[in-house]
Order: sequence, then C-alpha cells, then structure tokens
Amino acid sequence: MALTVALLVLAAALGFAPGPGAATTGQITGSVKFDGPAPHQKPIDMSKDPTCAQTRGATQATTESVVIGANGGLANVVVYISQGLTGNEAASSQPVKMDQKGCQYVPHVVALNVGQHMTVVNSDKTSHNIHPDPKPGGGNNQWNKSQMAGSPPIDVTWASEEVAIPVKCNIHPWMRAFIAVVKGPFGVSNDSGSFKLDNVPAGTYTLTAWQETYGTQTQKLTVAAGKPATADFVFKAK
Amino acid sequence: MAGKIFALVVVLITLVTAYCVITHIWWMPVDISVHGPKIDHQIEETILVAGLLFIAGQVVLAAFAFLYGGARSKIKQIPGGAKPLVLFAFILVGTEVLALSFIGSKAWGAVYFEAPDPASMRIDVQAGQFAYYFRYPGPDGRFGPLHPELINEGNQNYFGIDQDHDADAKDDIVTAELAIPVNKPILLTLHSKDVGHAFDVRELRIQQDFVPGIVIPIHFTAIQTGRFEIVCTQLCGLGHYNMKAYLSVLSPTDFDDWLKKQAAMQ
Repeated sequence: MALTVALLVLAAALGFAPGPGAATTGQITGSVKFDGPAPHQKPIDMSKDPTCAQTRGATQATTESVVIGANGGLANVVVYISQGLTGNEAASSQPVKMDQKGCQYVPHVVALNVGQHMTVVNSDKTSHNIHPDPKPGGGNNQWNKSQMAGSPPIDVTWASEEVAIPVKCNIHPWMRAFIAVVKGPFGVSNDSGSFKLDNVPAGTYTLTAWQETYGTQTQKLTVAAGKPATADFVFKAK
Repeated sequence: MAGKIFALVVVLITLVTAYCVITHIWWMPVDISVHGPKIDHQIEETILVAGLLFIAGQVVLAAFAFLYGGARSKIKQIPGGAKPLVLFAFILVGTEVLALSFIGSKAWGAVYFEAPDPASMRIDVQAGQFAYYFRYPGPDGRFGPLHPELINEGNQNYFGIDQDHDADAKDDIVTAELAIPVNKPILLTLHSKDVGHAFDVRELRIQQDFVPGIVIPIHFTAIQTGRFEIVCTQLCGLGHYNMKAYLSVLSPTDFDDWLKKQAAMQ
C-alpha cells in the first residue's frame, strides 16, 4: 500500500498521467462519401426460420455489403491509424457490443482494439452460432460457439490486429458481420458517413479507411495537440 | 404364476401394437406424389408380412410362457429335434427377406431408374451447412454456369453464379423456398457445397442424399397443393437439427405469380 502511494506520488511529481490527457492529444474527424450509383442490396428471404421475423417486424432485410445513407454518406467504414503509432497503445477499457437481432448482426461492422472486450448478445428467440473466420496464421483463432435464445452474453477478446475478420452464423447462412481489430484510436462511419477518432496523440500518421466491398484507402495527416484534424474519404463505385 | 402374468403382458403388447398398425394410428403422412402409392404399397406389404411373423412369434412365446413358465424342467427337448426347426425358420425368413427385396427393388427402381419426363421443370438445389437454396433458370430457360469460388453467402450468392459476366446467369432466380406447380413433372439436380446432406419430404415419399462433388438428379410429380417441410436427414454438423426449408406446391397461376415476385427480389 505504502509502495503504491509512493509510486503514485513519484509519477505525479514527474508529470506522468495514466493516459494521454486532452492537452496532449487531438481529434480526427471526417466523412466517407460514396461516388456513383448505389450497388443493389439483395433482399434476404428468412422463411427458413420464422422466428427471425418476430424480432425484426415487417422491415425487409437486405444484404449490407454497401450501406449508403443520406447525402451519399458511406456507413460501416472502419477508419484507423495504420502507421505512426508506437504500437504500445493501451486497449480501450469499454467493451463493444455485437447483437444478433432479427437474424442480422447489429452493428454489421464492429471495430475494437487488440485485447479490448467484445460482448456478443442474442436478442432473437432462436439459436445462433457465432463463427468468426480470421486469416490462418495471423494470431487470431477461429472459433464457433452456439448461443441459444436467452443465453448469457459471450465475452471475447482478439490477440492481434486484423482488418477485418468475417463472421457468419451457420444456422442462418445469410448473416454476415466484420470485426476490425486495430491498435490505437479508431472510428466507424455512421449512416451519414461521418466518423471520429478521439485521443490521438500529436504526430504524423497514415490513416486507413477500410470498406468490406471496396477495400482500403489511405492518406497522410498531421495531428497537433488540442486541435481537431480532418480527413475525408471517397469510395468510387466499381 | 410369473409365467402366466408374463404371457398376459406379451399378449397385451401384441394386441395394442397390432391395433395401432391396423387402425392406422401413427400412420404415414399423406402422400402427395405420383410415385408414392408404389412406395406405400411396398411398406404395407412389408408391415403385413413382418407383422404376421411378429404376432405368430409373440403368440408362441406367450403360449410357452403360459404352459411351461416357472417350470423349466418340463421341457426336455424340442419336439422333432432342434435341427429341422432351425432349418425351417431359416428358409421361411430367408424367403421372406428375398421376396420383399425383389418386390421392393421394383418399387424403388420405378422411382430412380426411370428417366425423367422430357417436359420436366428443372430446378437446381444447393445444400450447405445448414440451409437449402433453389435456383430457377428464369425466362431464358438456361442455367448460368457455376463458379464455386464466387460463393458468398453474405451477398446472397449461394450457388456461385456470375450475373455480371454470364449471359445465362443474368435471369437466374435463387430462392430460399422450393415452390413448384402442381401436376407438373419436376426434376431436381442436387448439389452440395460442403458435406453430405439429404433432401427429405415425407409427403413426397422422397429421401435422397446429397454428395459433395456429384450432381444427383431426382424427379417427381406432386398432385396436391400445400406447404410441406423439407428436412435434412443426414447428420451434417452442429446445425443439422435446424437445416430445413419449405416446399410449396402451388396452382400454375399462383406459381407464376410467386416466381415473378421472386424474380423482382433478386
């Protein structure tokens, strides 16, 4: 106890904070747009399992490989720092949630840090199985767990960076999600295409945006302490 | 005393079983296929022969238990010796099994060895862990070629068709339900993309395995409209219990409407 206090006093005296404070970090904001005609998203026939309709209601499910919102904003794009970090960034302590609702994954794209906890929830009245399929030899292991209706959440962490791990449910083969495992700050674009990376230490970085159908784009940018930096991406229709 | 009670129980079990079979309690589901009566006839014949032997066997068992139960010493030897009796049983059962197989193979052959009607409507079936998908050729009547490397379930490409490059594949219609017009000969071509599965519709009297790498044809004609379950009866993995789809037998006009609706959903 006395040792801990002594160490804390020492740390405070030397000016170390437990993490980067607001004064020494900046923020990256921006938007992802889609250029061209929106690719057709096929409707999904879930008649195999009538319980799917119970939780999703009358809305017609469609594939989610390219989700375009208002004003051409492209959703579900993972933006992360691929170069310029030290590699020793601490994982976010907030767990991220992946829900199975109406026999689709919500959200469709999950981003998190190496070692950050992920909670998989089943809100449906049917059984699901969660089957992430990382690249072999990449440090993440493939697994396949069943989750019945009303089962407790499954807690998972990932051991190494990978953008992105495809996830499927073998009982409902149309279900698809992606898990992006990164180090350092990250953001995922929302329905209007905007994203935000918080607590970015000042420095020069390569920023990468990943979309499941169109792949990656990169750009360099410099973040100054206490100032917001902006970066915009445009994905063109193939 | 114990022998007499045992005999009574055996007789009761025999009577209840025979009653259930004869009165068709727990009988087969309705038959909706043209070839079904042959299969049902064969099953009935098998049950009749096996049932008669079953009753005879139970009656003899009960009689022996009733007469000699609890007093084993009374039976010194089988009348006439054991050898003729065993020989008699061997010939009786052997003849029965051979006869049933011979007649049965004809019923089976009528379904599997006859060529499908040339006017059959062909539908492709793709089985995979743990669902079925069906492909109709669309207005051009031709199926696009399959490219297994293009299979992507997240994008609803269950067959691996290339609608951007293959002209024949452009109007192919892929569905999660098997709808067919009533009274129309149907030819299914069964594909599996991963492991062994089965296509079983009890009402159609059809049960056929899928074998990965082999395209297996089956043909039938449904003569009654309705919605029936297609289930997998070949253990195929952890989701096997949940592998099913539905067969809708529709009137020709309903079928045309359904197919148009499905085409619009592609």
